[in-house]
Amino acid sequence: MNKEERYQKLQEIIKVYLPEDISETDITSESHLINELNINSANLVDIVLDVEDAFGIAIENDDMDQMETVKNALLIIDKKLSDK
Amino acid sequence: MSRRVVITGLGVCAPNGIGLEAFATSLQNGISGIRFQPKLAELNFGCQIAGEPLVPANMVNSYFTPLQLRGLNASGLVYGVIAGVDAWKDANLTIEHNKSPDWESGIIFGTGILGVDKFRESIHLIDNGDVRRLGSTSVVQTMASGISAYLGGILGCGNQVTTNSSACTTGTESILMGFERIATGKAERMLVGSCSDSGPYVWGGFDSLRILPRKFNDNPSKASRPMSATASGFVPGSGAGALVLESFESAKQRGAKIYAEVLGGAINSGGQRGGGSITAPNSEAVKRCIEDAICNSKILKSDIDTINGHLTATSKDATEIENWSAALERKGVDFPYINATKGTIGHCLAAAGSIECVASVLQFKNHYVYGNINSNDLHPDILDVIDAGRIPQKTLNHQPRILAKASFGFGDVNACVIFKAYNE
Repeated sequence: MNKEERYQKLQEIIKVYLPEDISETDITSESHLINELNINSANLVDIVLDVEDAFGIAIENDDMDQMETVKNALLIIDKKLSDK
Repeated sequence: MSRRVVITGLGVCAPNGIGLEAFATSLQNGISGIRFQPKLAELNFGCQIAGEPLVPANMVNSYFTPLQLRGLNASGLVYGVIAGVDAWKDANLTIEHNKSPDWESGIIFGTGILGVDKFRESIHLIDNGDVRRLGSTSVVQTMASGISAYLGGILGCGNQVTTNSSACTTGTESILMGFERIATGKAERMLVGSCSDSGPYVWGGFDSLRILPRKFNDNPSKASRPMSATASGFVPGSGAGALVLESFESAKQRGAKIYAEVLGGAINSGGQRGGGSITAPNSEAVKRCIEDAICNSKILKSDIDTINGHLTATSKDATEIENWSAALERKGVDFPYINATKGTIGHCLAAAGSIECVASVLQFKNHYVYGNINSNDLHPDILDVIDAGRIPQKTLNHQPRILAKASFGFGDVNACVIFKAYNE
C-alpha cells in the first residue's frame, strides 16, 4: 500500500464522521480533525478503532493523543506499519 | 395557574402497525401483531411468541444519519425515534437547525431499560479484556435517557429533556408529567411517550416468572386474551408510542389540529401494602388513583363513557374490572365501554401505556371504540360486575366524549389519565 492509498483509506474512514456542514472535499492532509473538520471528539475513539481494523495495527493511548490532524494520523499509521 | 393542554401530534411503532394509519387499521379490524419468535424457541423459552414491530431495514435510514446507524444495536431506541419524530411531524412542527434550540419544547420519553442488545455486546467485549473496543456508542445507546437524548438532538428541544421509568406505568406517567409541565406554564410543547426493547434479554425474566402463556406457541394471535376465562398470562411485546402535548394557546396560534384534550389524571403507589406487592397492585391504591384522576380533571364519575384498561390477560383482569367498577360506582349496563389494546399487541411493558394512549386517542378522531379480540369467552367474575355489551367484541361506531386510561406497573405503581373530546 503506497502513501496515496493510505491517505485514501484514511479519508474513507474520516468522511463517515463528518458533520452535515462539512463535505468530504474539505478534508486535506493539514486538516485538524476537531477544530477544522468539526468532528465530535467522542468519535475520535471510533476513528481510531476503524483505523486499527483497516490497517491491521494497534494504536496506543499515547499515539491517540497525537492524532490531531490528518497528517499526524498518517505519520502514526506509517510508523505502526513499518514496526509490524 | 392551570392552562388547558391539548394533543396535537401522535406517533406509533407497534407490533401490529408502524405509523398511525397502519396501526389504526389493525385496531379497527382486530389484526394481531403477535408472532412466533424462532429466537425464543432456540433459547428454550416456555413462551415463544411476542409482539414486535416489524421495522423495514430501509425505514431506519430516514430517521437516523449514516453515522448514527453505525453500531446501532438498541431496538427500543429505534422504535422511540420513529414514534417520536412521527408525532412531531404529525403535529406539523418543523425540525430547525438554528443555533438556539426551541426553548419552549421539551421531552419526557420513558423506558424500562434501553439498548439491552448493545449492553450485551459491550459486556462480551469487556469480559474479553477489550474495553477499548466499545467505541463511542455504548454509553449513549445503553443509558436509560438515551431515548430522550436522541430525540432531543434530532428535534432541537431546549426545555426539559428527560426519561422517566416506572415499569408498565411509564408511558402513561410520561403523559401526566408532560401535562403538568405545560399546565403550570413551564413549557408550551412536550413530546411525551415511551419505548421498550425487543428480545430474549428483556422478556426472559418474565418467562422465568412463569407469567407468560406457554400453550399458544403454534397459535400466536390467540394467545393474548384480556378479560377472557381462558387468559393464561401476558404476551411480551415491544415498541413505542408518542404524543405531542401542547398548550391550548400555542395550538390555536399555530392553527394545529387537535385530537383531544388532556383534562388531567393521577399517579400513585400502593406502597406494596394491603395486598399490593412488588408485582401485584394494591386495589385500594388503584381505586384511589382512578378517583383522584376524576377529581383532578373536574369531571363526574358518570361523565366517563370509554375506558382503555391495563388488562394484561392474566387472572388479575377481573380484579381490575372490579376496581374500575367500584371507583366509578358503576356496574352492569351502566358501565362505560371498555377495551384492552393488549389483545392485538401483547404487553409492550414500558411502551404499553404510550402505545395504548395513542390507540385511545385515535378513537376520538376515528369515532370508534376499538373491538377486543380473544375475549369472547369472558371471565365469569367480570360478567358478575359489568354487562357483556360493554366489552365490544368488534369495533363499534362510537364517539367518545370522556375516556379514562390507566396503567399499572411492578413496584405497585399506578397512573390514570383522562382525555376529553376537543371542543372550543
